[in-house]
Amino acid sequence: MALIEMSGISKTYRLGDHLVAALREVDLAIEANEYVAIVGSSGSGKSTLMNILGCLDRPSTGTYRLDGRDVARLPQAQLARIRNREVGFVFQSFNLLARRSALRNVMQPLVYRGLPFGARQAAAADALARVGLEDRMAHRPSELSGGQRQRVAIARALVTSPAILLADEPTGNLDAAATGQVLALFDELHGQGQTVVVVTHEADIAARCQRSIELVDGAVAAGQRTS
Amino acid sequence: MFTLVESLRSAAEAIHAHAMRSFLTTIGIAIGVGSIVAVITFMAGAGEALKAEAARLGGNSLTVAPANSDRRSGGGPRRQLTRQDKALIASVDGVASVTPSLAAASLRYAGVRYGSAAVHAGLLGTTHGYPHFANEFVADGRFLSVADDQRRRRVCVLPARAAKALGLDGRAVGRHVAIAGEWFRVVGVMEPTRSWLRSMAGAPVLIPYGTMRGIVEGRDDGELELALTVAPGMDVEAMRERLLDVLRRAHNQGPDEEDAFQVDLPEDLAEATARVTDVATVVAVCIVGVSLLVGGIGIMNIMLVSVTERTREIGILKALGATRRQILLQFLTEAVALSLLGGLAGMLLGYVAAAACGALLPAVNVGVSPLAAAAAVGFSSLVGVVFGVLPATKAAELQPIDALRHE
Repeated sequence: MALIEMSGISKTYRLGDHLVAALREVDLAIEANEYVAIVGSSGSGKSTLMNILGCLDRPSTGTYRLDGRDVARLPQAQLARIRNREVGFVFQSFNLLARRSALRNVMQPLVYRGLPFGARQAAAADALARVGLEDRMAHRPSELSGGQRQRVAIARALVTSPAILLADEPTGNLDAAATGQVLALFDELHGQGQTVVVVTHEADIAARCQRSIELVDGAVAAGQRTS
Repeated sequence: MFTLVESLRSAAEAIHAHAMRSFLTTIGIAIGVGSIVAVITFMAGAGEALKAEAARLGGNSLTVAPANSDRRSGGGPRRQLTRQDKALIASVDGVASVTPSLAAASLRYAGVRYGSAAVHAGLLGTTHGYPHFANEFVADGRFLSVADDQRRRRVCVLPARAAKALGLDGRAVGRHVAIAGEWFRVVGVMEPTRSWLRSMAGAPVLIPYGTMRGIVEGRDDGELELALTVAPGMDVEAMRERLLDVLRRAHNQGPDEEDAFQVDLPEDLAEATARVTDVATVVAVCIVGVSLLVGGIGIMNIMLVSVTERTREIGILKALGATRRQILLQFLTEAVALSLLGGLAGMLLGYVAAAACGALLPAVNVGVSPLAAAAAVGFSSLVGVVFGVLPATKAAELQPIDALRHE
């Protein structure tokens, strides 16, 4: 059984009197330890798909099985639990907590696990070491470069040992050198067995992945291998 | 419990990050709580002072006075004790001594003048028994004598504060002062009053009872009260009943009529005054409640601003797995922490204010009262919770994707 199984996923928004379909009947499956890109032009529905994949949002119709469990209709509190345990987010704009050090940022997801302070600190230090930032733990985001910030965000996503690492345009705000570092890190994590899903509109990033799923107008483009 | 510790940590960070704004917000609470603490602390001190005063008077004394208006139903003029009543009471078996206190409504703020200096003081006609009942004695010169009373001498004993105000500190005895336009020779000066009641109302100028009667006769507005000592071994409660009975018969009161006079034990006086201070406390606390309300609205306002500013942060926390309840607790904790900080500052302010009031009235001992401290902590936490719920709920209800998109 695949790690992620979506079938007939649709998402419809109400905009005034109109119903806007952001996703139409999407079927897709991602196996554990796959490295998948979700590509498409802006407005193609890839952000909506990413939100649903990460349990930030619920589909209007369809079923979504994450690690064998149907999560499409779960209440908010349980979705929060899944976000905490199964999903690691990496955002385009990093989304670090500005007032806290790199270490405290990486510790934050473990707060919601109920881990004591010492254990959180140790796990966060390990995660920062994995992304090569063991010497930047006390720095605040404003004292770090863009690439370093994104690596802190990746450490924060990894610290909970999530089933999937979900990255939304992770290099969109980075220069070429930092982009190279971050992508190399993804390759390395994938090599260690991490399932990685990258949402991107850049073809060369998609090319590094094992396969790409292209969205057009809210639906999976014809001729795509969706499982 | 664990999440609470985390919420406290986060609240401390948020308050620290906006130190100035947090400080200004807590001022409202600090003022409200400070007022409550000041009122409770001061009133507790005043209550103690009253009890101590009652205890000093001893257990074998009684006072007889016209009934308080709140004890009488219906209108009609208030009955006054007469000379005949005084004689009658003195003749009752078991009464050891009677000391009259005769005041006049028109002389409650009589002008007392020496040279160009003038003060206002009440005028009270009494006899040599007064120091025993008031538990205050002359510091300089002598007190009024039996002969002063019998011969209706125009002499007076000044309260310490009046003597000082007239510039007669230490040299008052033998001088003549004008009281309500008539000359009196000063024979003594009382020690500074230790009584809370007298220091509030202003200690009276004391003149012989006989002299006062002469003054009051022309004015017809005398108010006579009697202080009695009871012979050793007599039961004061039984004595009270007997005196009330004597007065009812002397004034031809019908069986259905309420007592026109009251006979009080020293404890009664303290109780009556304590009731007044209790009411004053409640009224003051109610007024102060309004300032707490205003302070609470200030906190709610700043918390709403804070939630809006931190919408994105809330989105991040939700993406990382924070539940509604955890976000709710975090922001509620922040509101309570703000309010509690104000409460602690207010507690300090309140004690300082109460101590300042206490310094003006030496009779009142102002101490740190656990009740006031509990009230400060309790009220400020309550305000934090009540006014924190709305902003915290607003934060908790945010949808993660909307919050993350917020700029």
